[in-house]
Amino acid sequence: MEKAILKVDNITARYGPVEVLHGITMQVNEGEIVSLLGANGAGKTTLLNCICGLHSAKQGKIWFRDTDITGIPAELVVPRGMAHVPERRQIFSTLTVEDNLWLGASHRMPKTSKKEIAKEMQTVYERFPILAERKWQLGGTLSGGQQQMLAIGRALLSRPQLLLLDEPSLGLAPLIAKEILTIVQEIRSQWGTTVLLVEQNARAALAISDRAYVLSTGEVMLEGTAEEISNDPRVQSAYLGHSHKAV
Amino acid sequence: MTELLQYVANGLVSGGIYAIVAVGFITIYNVSKVINLAQGEFLMLGGMVTVALIGMNLPYGLAALLAILAVTVIGIIMQKYIIAYVKKANPISLIILTIGISTLIRGIASFIWGKDAFSLAPITTNEPISFGGVTIATQSVWILAAVLIVLLLLWYLMEKTILGKKINACSINPMAARLMGISPTKMSMLAFAISGATGAIAGIVIAPLNVTSYDIGVLLGIKGFSAAILGGLGNPLGAAVAAFLLGIVESLGAGYVSSGMKDAIAFLVLIGMLLVKPSGLFGERSVGKGGL
Repeated sequence: MEKAILKVDNITARYGPVEVLHGITMQVNEGEIVSLLGANGAGKTTLLNCICGLHSAKQGKIWFRDTDITGIPAELVVPRGMAHVPERRQIFSTLTVEDNLWLGASHRMPKTSKKEIAKEMQTVYERFPILAERKWQLGGTLSGGQQQMLAIGRALLSRPQLLLLDEPSLGLAPLIAKEILTIVQEIRSQWGTTVLLVEQNARAALAISDRAYVLSTGEVMLEGTAEEISNDPRVQSAYLGHSHKAV
Repeated sequence: MTELLQYVANGLVSGGIYAIVAVGFITIYNVSKVINLAQGEFLMLGGMVTVALIGMNLPYGLAALLAILAVTVIGIIMQKYIIAYVKKANPISLIILTIGISTLIRGIASFIWGKDAFSLAPITTNEPISFGGVTIATQSVWILAAVLIVLLLLWYLMEKTILGKKINACSINPMAARLMGISPTKMSMLAFAISGATGAIAGIVIAPLNVTSYDIGVLLGIKGFSAAILGGLGNPLGAAVAAFLLGIVESLGAGYVSSGMKDAIAFLVLIGMLLVKPSGLFGERSVGKGGL
């Protein structure tokens, strides 16, 4: 049996009076890439926000590395080893690329020395040479794909064991989107980081995932290995577009 | 010519004080989007607490240090137990709340110290210094030195340290800041502490030049706020420059027009400037796609 790094136990969440998650249970094991699929409004982003503590779940429990983190705010969850690259990247647009990266590592200072972090930053720059080239440019002046790389690089500098990625390919040209997903794979193999990935592009996400959950209107509709999910007729018709007959 | 230089020198001194107040406004505003209209009270408290402690036979330096500490703590308390407590309130309510706090602080001050004016001895000597026909009080030199040191330290903190970057991060994107493990509430508390400390320093150095009393914070606060607006709310450097300009314009007005019109002239310039350029002299920067 694999070791779970993240366990979500029957959580519900609401925005005001509207309940958007109705009892979600899921699990991510160490070293896995797990995809969260589903249509717009299925609750994927809300679920990620609940996990990292940006949104507090109404009921249920969330366990991260055997600790109950339910109700702990994001700023305290992140230092425990969970990084979240949020929807629309949310880089600091009026700070330089370099400063954005420093901020990613900021909660580890002064425990980890500046020198140590500068060294890690070098590995990030090596992986994303375009960021090194533009390290003194303001974040907001980067292209969408570069901003996504910056957001991922920034998250990596917090040395996460679990990386939450919310629609990393949103709004990117297909080639760049593909590159971003390749990077996700590399992150796992190079850093051993576990990844929970939310993606609109189900086919591309499944191609790099071990397992997947399909959400529909706030509930888990389906779960299984990437292969099982890819071959499921319901998924094929709804998300993969193999058949145009069914909706 | 000598006259002009004299007015400019006077203007620089009051401008320096406005600069500290203005930067205090902006430090808090950037992080928490609250305009802290109790900023002037920090200055009043700085001066009054120092006077009170010296009255209790404490040495000057220690009294000043304790006063700065006390006002810093008051800033923290204000953020932690009042501003953060009503976090869900919209900024307008929070601003009105700070007016309430400022009235309360003023009330308590007049209750403790009465409505009399107090004087504080100058840091060194009462002897004025003169060079090239321009005469200024020695205390004015201290004021300018204190202002420059405070502004430089703040600049260093905000631009060169990780802590400053964290504070900046909260003002640019609080949600992303939380995802970096930075607590916007803590940074906002820090901003209040910084504003309290710098305000107190300004209040202490200016007290020997004028007298200090329970209500000096009002006008100083408004002047500093004007400078903050004039500089383009959100930009500390712009605010500091605007504050010095305001001080100089005011002093020129007092000298060449009428000293009774000093404040009126300052505000006329502010109103005129805002009519021409509503975003202030150095409006907020905005860059590119701002994260999409």
